[in-house]
Amino acid sequence: MSDGAPATATQPRPSRAPEEVNPLVEGLERLPVHPTTLVIFGATGDLARRKLLPALYNLAHEGALPERFHLVGVSRSDMPHGDYREMAIDAVRQFSRREPDEKVLQELLDEIRYIPGSFDDADVYSKLSDTLDEFDEKTGQALNRAFYLSTAPAFFPVIVKALGDHGLQRHGDSDVRVIIEKPFGTYLEEARALNHEVLSVFDERQVFRIDHYLGKETVQNVLAFRFANGMFEPLWNRNYIDSVQITAAEDIGIGSRAGYYDSAGALRDLVQNHMLQLLCLLAMEPPVDFSADPVRDEKVKVLRAIDAPTPETVPHMAARAQYGPGVSGGDPVPGYLQEEGVPEDSNTETFAALRLHVDNWRWAGVPFYLRTGKRLARKATEIAVTLRPVPHLAFQQDGSLGVRPNTLVLMIQPNEGVSLSLGAKIPGTRMRIRPVQMEFLYGTSFLSQSPEAYERLIMDAMRGDATLFTRNDEVEAQWRVCDPIVRTWEQTAGPLPQYPAGSQGPDEVNALMLGDDRWRAL
Amino acid sequence: MSPTSDSVWSAQDTDPSAIDAALREMLAERHAESDAYVPARVLNLVCIVDRQWSGEIANRLRQVGRYHPSRTIVCAVEARRTRLDARAMLATDADPEADELAEIRETVIVELGEQHLPHLDTIVDPLVVTDLSTVVWAPHGHYRAVEAILHLTQVVLLDSVDEPELDEALDRAHGFSERAYVVDLAWLRSTPWRERIAATFDPPDQRPQLRHITGLHIRHHPDSGIAGLLLAGWLASRLGWQPSQLIDSGNRLSGRLGSSRGHVAIELVPTPQNVRGLVGITIEMAGGTSLSLDRGAGGLHAVLRQRDGSEREWTLLGASRGEAGILGEGIRQALLRDPTYQPALSAACVMAP
Repeated sequence: MSDGAPATATQPRPSRAPEEVNPLVEGLERLPVHPTTLVIFGATGDLARRKLLPALYNLAHEGALPERFHLVGVSRSDMPHGDYREMAIDAVRQFSRREPDEKVLQELLDEIRYIPGSFDDADVYSKLSDTLDEFDEKTGQALNRAFYLSTAPAFFPVIVKALGDHGLQRHGDSDVRVIIEKPFGTYLEEARALNHEVLSVFDERQVFRIDHYLGKETVQNVLAFRFANGMFEPLWNRNYIDSVQITAAEDIGIGSRAGYYDSAGALRDLVQNHMLQLLCLLAMEPPVDFSADPVRDEKVKVLRAIDAPTPETVPHMAARAQYGPGVSGGDPVPGYLQEEGVPEDSNTETFAALRLHVDNWRWAGVPFYLRTGKRLARKATEIAVTLRPVPHLAFQQDGSLGVRPNTLVLMIQPNEGVSLSLGAKIPGTRMRIRPVQMEFLYGTSFLSQSPEAYERLIMDAMRGDATLFTRNDEVEAQWRVCDPIVRTWEQTAGPLPQYPAGSQGPDEVNALMLGDDRWRAL
Repeated sequence: MSPTSDSVWSAQDTDPSAIDAALREMLAERHAESDAYVPARVLNLVCIVDRQWSGEIANRLRQVGRYHPSRTIVCAVEARRTRLDARAMLATDADPEADELAEIRETVIVELGEQHLPHLDTIVDPLVVTDLSTVVWAPHGHYRAVEAILHLTQVVLLDSVDEPELDEALDRAHGFSERAYVVDLAWLRSTPWRERIAATFDPPDQRPQLRHITGLHIRHHPDSGIAGLLLAGWLASRLGWQPSQLIDSGNRLSGRLGSSRGHVAIELVPTPQNVRGLVGITIEMAGGTSLSLDRGAGGLHAVLRQRDGSEREWTLLGASRGEAGILGEGIRQALLRDPTYQPALSAACVMAP
């Protein structure tokens, strides 16, 4: 299989009789979701407790869950249904974004089932099958089934295979879906192998690979911003755009995640998935519509237009570093190697920066700079698009900051919005110019609170809408870019360059910039 | 959340220009204090209220949670008042923290007399934020004043349940809906019901059942007959039933609506409960199957009865939004457009006895 080719082609959905239109859904904000049983593997884990169970509660609170909804937890911890129900109630009370309504909470979890056991234990799947059938019997219909794999990645192929072995990947005319958490592989080969395993049991249309970044309203707003406003499209190309910078900076360290983080690093943790997604949304061509495959087709085209790095080019287009001791928020903080649980000779990067080129008609010659890091000066996720300077300047620059190229910044967090820098005349008798900001702040213009990303994604998966999920060829195309960098870095001896905690990042990263380009201040 | 960081200005015998200038000055002061203070720019809400009851309306607006309009202009009407007095306030939910913003909401209270109402537009126009949608809400029935500013507004917020007479409520809503977008709280109370009915018939194998509906029994709060009529009107307009006038037999409305397969028997029955709006609905299908939805703990209680008498019961999960939640939803809906209200209202107008 050549680089970038899908592991398995998207298979056409088996034909069904044309469905009658439901005239009652017109005008409703929340479209109905088919009655569903959701099975969470890893039901006692951190993600389930902190995100999934609270998300399900909030969906129930808002009346958004399917009218018939059942929940099953599967995990290794041995406990009866009642204990798991209590654990789930505690999790919702602790982590829900709103104070739970006790009646709704009790009703939601009243019939929750828990199946303890190892993920490779056939007995677990026999019990699961019986439980699913029991719910079907009770509701008098074949419910859709969604399997949420919220486990360590090593168990993904184990669970998928076992579901297939027990015939749980199909359920008559009802839909069966599998939702797979990140990371989807740690190398290109692993991602391909996992795709192969998953697609030997499920069709691609049944698979929902989560990148929770795509569930964030402000990330989706990048698409609205680009494709709902005519003024930007004429400028959105190499003729007017000089460079693009995508930043995902955090001011915190790794906290208690040393075990995960030291095996992953900044590139796998954020660049391979979230940041490449942002790049795709910024650079993609307009899809014919916003359904799953047209959107993902365009994203894949962008990823395939990026030159795959080689061991020879990696040192010139990628940089990495670790945070050292420093000061954050006025307090001294340890360096990465001093963090609890981190090996003292670790070569895991906490900062990664790349310079990528999207070699297509629209973007040829425009550098895309990506950087992410922990323990930086501030928390900020943004996409900054710098336009080319004006061709001729008729103004004096003396005594002012002067005319600078316009920069359009799509701010994703913490303050969501859009900012455009413009040149404006400084009041006075002379014609002096300085940059000013024109800002739109998302939070000041809408009444609705954004739903948690997981609420949106769980609903989309149950509804069968894969637009905000990553397709098999998309994951592999992401790894095609990142795998050579990961491997080159692994073969390069340490120690890594250090940057002081609380700083703007390592100086080494400046070498990636072309011409007069400079990293934006955080 | 109670607002903090208030800035307040007030004046007696004032005019709209002075109020507008005071707002601009207070905003500039807050921004100079910290550029993290930014004015929210969502929509203007013009409330026309009796001055003696304006406190109650202020309380209702305080309870709408996050669905605050960005600029609220309260026109407090006092019968014989001849001069304008005004207060303007800026408020944020909290002081800004590092790297965070604090959204400023503006409230203007203008005390005015009935003599001002025919030309209320000349008072309100200078005070609304240009280019934002403007919503007018007159919970105490100052409809002549609403007429005076209707050309400035895009949305009329009303609660048809507040009208004592069914026909007047329908006429009012219908009249406004021809000239502005109407957000009717009576309609929004039925949203969970409409969503659930739509969901029940959404599975592809259930959709054909919509053609086999033979009866509707709608139970509603005794003061919320219009809620029942709007729900029936929604089903009629969505399913292509021919609406016809219902008969008022004192304790219920009943009649038959034409459908492609014959007719649908309909009955609206007042049923006591402690909240306004709908109490329950039973939908009967040809062949003897019926589905009932009724208010219950933790959501709507559903019962599916088969022809053989067997039953299945379940709960359609959802928390009650309460009256404050309904008002907040009404304000939020002013930014959206529901194309199904007006056809439902038109059908309800035909069905009204």
